[in-house]
Amino acid sequence: MTSSTLINLVYLISAVLFILGLKGLNSPETARRGQKLAAIGMLLAILATLVQKEVISYWGIIIGAIVGIVAGVGIAAWTPMTAMPQRTALSHAFGALAAALVGVAEYYHGVDLNKVRMTSIGSEVMLGSLTFTGSMMAFGKLQGVLPGAPWTYKGQNVFNISLLAVMVGIVIFLIFVPSASFLFYIMVAMSLVFGVFLILPIGAADMPTVIAILNSYAGISASLLGFALSNNILIIGGAVDGASGFILSILMCRAMNRSITNVLFGAFGKVVPSDSTVAAEVGPKTVRSGTPKEAAELFGGAKSVIIVPGYGMAAAQAQHGVRELADILKERGATIKYAIHPVAGRMPGHMNVLLAEANVPYDELIDMDDINPEFPDADVALVIGANDVTNPAARHDKGSPIYGMPILEVDKAKNIIVVKRSMNPGFAGIENELYYNEKTMMVFGDARTVVGNIAKELTDHSR
Amino acid sequence: MDTASYYIQALYIFFLAGFVGFMVISRVPPLLHTPLMSATNAISAISVVAAIIIAGSGHGTVVTILGIIAVAAAMCNVVGGFLITERMLKMFKKGKGQTEK
Repeated sequence: MTSSTLINLVYLISAVLFILGLKGLNSPETARRGQKLAAIGMLLAILATLVQKEVISYWGIIIGAIVGIVAGVGIAAWTPMTAMPQRTALSHAFGALAAALVGVAEYYHGVDLNKVRMTSIGSEVMLGSLTFTGSMMAFGKLQGVLPGAPWTYKGQNVFNISLLAVMVGIVIFLIFVPSASFLFYIMVAMSLVFGVFLILPIGAADMPTVIAILNSYAGISASLLGFALSNNILIIGGAVDGASGFILSILMCRAMNRSITNVLFGAFGKVVPSDSTVAAEVGPKTVRSGTPKEAAELFGGAKSVIIVPGYGMAAAQAQHGVRELADILKERGATIKYAIHPVAGRMPGHMNVLLAEANVPYDELIDMDDINPEFPDADVALVIGANDVTNPAARHDKGSPIYGMPILEVDKAKNIIVVKRSMNPGFAGIENELYYNEKTMMVFGDARTVVGNIAKELTDHSR
Repeated sequence: MDTASYYIQALYIFFLAGFVGFMVISRVPPLLHTPLMSATNAISAISVVAAIIIAGSGHGTVVTILGIIAVAAAMCNVVGGFLITERMLKMFKKGKGQTEK
């Protein structure tokens, strides 16, 4: 058996282990075992590659590996759970960067640039480069170093699409004239710029979808690289990642009742309803504002409580306080459930991870479709930092920008407590009807402080 | 095997792997979507094997430097991705006294 056959066999084992690893994620009980399998698969693939006969010098690999490992361990150990969306965006950037650089190196080396190979290298480098800068932009917006608000100007979409068309044109030209290296590097530069422009008009609150799309791009560029290098494990690993990002993008879009094109080109956060009807329709309205003490009184006799967390909970780091409040309520005999909207937070599954970090058992975290029928029986629904995903206007107000978006039916609960900083509308710039509901009590203030005060009132009361 | 038939075979692999990935991942509950992202991210960092070959093949300084940066970026995702997935999954605990589904 030749060594390359052996290496390919090892790659096959790695591929199987990757799939088994992902299969483990079907349930929290099997997830960790699955990840160990996937990690073993990765280790095998790396070891097999190191003994390939093409590898003749190790110093470069060692330098790169040390830098990568140190950075990876550091990021993994010190990233707080609230910063998980940023970390994810950053890792998409790194993945895309690696794929793009290998593609550029292959082109620079310039051996056997036949049409098929040039197609994969060209499209891979284009996709990898724009995903790299796009993900860095997403990272900047999530981390707060760039303004989170969408940045739009007239003719933006026309400009972006023209830019993309020129890039694609150059790639097609290169397939027939691979020696036009000048054009190749112009294409790389344009792709890097395009990635920036692509994310500029997208607001921070649309990041769950954008992160999923970038995830998909990063996977597909790794897969295309596999085509260019005739490396099957790369094709498989990239395809699986691409599929994952694709599924998540669909789920996120569905949860917002929007299409992918609308997220990418719609600049949703910027849309202030062009007509004034939306604001006018709400009509005269009163808001009932309450103190933590009054909120605690509402909780007093509650037997069933549903907590609705949103990005505001993450921003205020209130997840631990929320769990402490839940513990007190449980001691008093209430059942607690958490209602998780798919796009709550800044990335898919964001709320689940935060609450798991605060030691909330995962069987209390209930998905939207399962929790909605339970709201009418809830004595109190406590909304913490969630806004648009609770707005009843999505059900009936055809003029509302969020009309048709599936929401958590908080308004059906017997009592509603909303913890919120101020009356400022959410990212979509729309008023939330829920706040004017006569069953609603607004408690203004920082989520962590308010939740802590409610908990304090409850314990003082019972003494 | 000539080039064309290799690429046809590669397309088979791509579509079948994508399909398997799609089937397996559609069954991941929303609860685990954040760990799913970091896990698939670690897996797609398999591009580290391509980076290793580029960095170690001795095709001149430019290629080697590009390769080293690629190894560093991909390795960071491999190590960081698996470690952070493990860190997150460790936090998911079942409630006391709750029955299995």
